[in-house]
Amino acid sequence: MKELSLNILDIVQNSIRAEAAEISIMINESLSGDLYQIIIKDNGRGIPDEILRNVTDPFVTTRTKRRMGLGLSLLKYHAELTGGAMEIISNVGKGTEVIVNFSFSHIDRQPLGDIAGILVILMASNQDINFIYTHKTEYGEYRFSSEETKEYLEVAALNEMNLLEEIGWMIGENLKEIKVSGFELRERNRVIL
Amino acid sequence: MLKLKLNLTNKRMSKITSLADLKKRREELKSGLDIRVKAIDPESVVQVKVAMATCGIASGAKTVMEFFLEQLERRNVAAVVTQTGCMGYCYAEPTIEVKLPGQDPVVFGFVDLKRADQIIEKYIKTGELVDGIIPVNYQTIDLKE
Repeated sequence: MKELSLNILDIVQNSIRAEAAEISIMINESLSGDLYQIIIKDNGRGIPDEILRNVTDPFVTTRTKRRMGLGLSLLKYHAELTGGAMEIISNVGKGTEVIVNFSFSHIDRQPLGDIAGILVILMASNQDINFIYTHKTEYGEYRFSSEETKEYLEVAALNEMNLLEEIGWMIGENLKEIKVSGFELRERNRVIL
Repeated sequence: MLKLKLNLTNKRMSKITSLADLKKRREELKSGLDIRVKAIDPESVVQVKVAMATCGIASGAKTVMEFFLEQLERRNVAAVVTQTGCMGYCYAEPTIEVKLPGQDPVVFGFVDLKRADQIIEKYIKTGELVDGIIPVNYQTIDLKE
């Protein structure tokens, strides 16, 4: 994984499998504090203590089709490369919070990448989940909620691709406004028929 | 049709930075495009599931998913595109499962954008099989009676 947004997409899959109805992704950037923090929080099933103890071990997984789970261990590895760390707080029946800290200035901190595209994919294929994205930099803060967007637009679902693409662009413009580090908004594949 | 294409390519002239802008753009989109009625029964439309585990994401599943989401709608194919977990074919990622109405699902491996385009134009639109199918029901000759 060469972008943190792909790691985020990976960890959010855990929340979706845990049947979360609300998934929050929070990113805090502090150049003065040399901190780049990602917090992924859900209200899913939670992780039992016996699994939580070793959940970042790549050979610990709740999956049945294979015996490895790389998502958390990879993200932890990327954080530790920069002198950072990962903490996981979880309560069965309440949810899970994954907190990952990176050194902002470390050369091995990967760029964020196309987080707007990630949010579009998540919304498109998980209509029943409220995704809340918050990004804070020293230039400001931006917050997005898929449920609030649906309510404002008076739609039952965000399933029209044209609309989802415009939502992606809206998120991108706002992230550029607060000078988000390492953000990339890729041009969509345009095939003119 | 030509006028519609011009409208689509010019649509990003104005910036969208707020929900109010988004609402206004949605009104513009509704007036310019056919309103597509989303099928209630997923069994009656094409179902595309993109494997989105660590191996898939690292291999490019995000780009593949974006392609199917965008192109199936643009090519007027009634379909539901969702993500799924690991299907177990980590050696062949990105993998997708395509289920045509009334047929068994088929798993395709090594799906890049070129193969994704072929899957839409050949398999989804006409039923013609393309390269890259992972034979999930395969039995060796030793097991066959």
